Amino acid sequence: MFTIETLFPLGWQHYLLGGLTIGAGVALLYLLNGWVGGMSTVFSSSWSFVFKRPFLQQDRFLSSRQWRLVYATGVVLGALVWRFALADGQAQHTTVPHWQLLVGGFLAGYGARLGNGCTSGHGICGLGSLQLPSLGAVLTFMGTAFLTANLMRLL
Amino acid sequence: MNANALNLPKALATLLAGALFGFGLSLATMTQPEVVLGFLQFKDWGLMLVMGGAAGLAMLAYKGFPRCLARPLLGGQFLTQPAQWNRQTIIGSAIFGIGWGLSGVCPGPALAALGTGNTDVLWALGGTVLGALAHALTAKDPTQD
Repeated sequence: MFTIETLFPLGWQHYLLGGLTIGAGVALLYLLNGWVGGMSTVFSSSWSFVFKRPFLQQDRFLSSRQWRLVYATGVVLGALVWRFALADGQAQHTTVPHWQLLVGGFLAGYGARLGNGCTSGHGICGLGSLQLPSLGAVLTFMGTAFLTANLMRLL
Repeated sequence: MNANALNLPKALATLLAGALFGFGLSLATMTQPEVVLGFLQFKDWGLMLVMGGAAGLAMLAYKGFPRCLARPLLGGQFLTQPAQWNRQTIIGSAIFGIGWGLSGVCPGPALAALGTGNTDVLWALGGTVLGALAHALTAKDPTQD
């Protein structure tokens, strides 16, 4: 049977509260500045400082590359505040093998930029602005992620 | 006038918004790949609450603020970012999902790892930086369609 305990064995409050905090950040960026705060664009727009290829020199990257770096810096600071306010300053670590992190990160970075969005860009901002293409993107990456994660468990 | 232009008040607002994002990711334990992989392996549905809570508030903001206000509080304009449904979105999202399912890390949590001190996840951050570079160096010139 599905109960709160089986669906959320680690508890559910921190998930909802964390999600609402993320949403508050996205909402604040829109209320104060009018900007849509997906997280993967910074990984393209920042490369426009280094490479002069026409793809990278598009206005959508050049015009937003400064605030996107500030936004990304904020993410790091927010995580740092959490660590010292709520986690006794302890550094986290993970048991996921480094090759999986590296290869997975590479594919996630490449795919998010090819598909113009990640879990925050399509998932939070795209669904939040009720865009059907984003719903399609979310269902697509959820599908391949479910398959990959379960395949890795079987191997 | 560039609607994306940054001044000091807007920079501080952006930093605060990012900090809320990073704090929320950490609070929701999305910075721990094990928790994300646990969701993808149907062991824990917490990620639905995270995404639902965040997208719900974002929806209120995107639909509500432009109705009540002529422009953002610090000036400029309410921008939109229309998503496209095409081959690139489908293939890109499929590849993104494979990477996400392999690592349990997506771009926001990869950045947040710099704050939580998770040096293991920096492998994923490095991968993301390089993956985006590989895309940027192979993507076709948008003016040459």
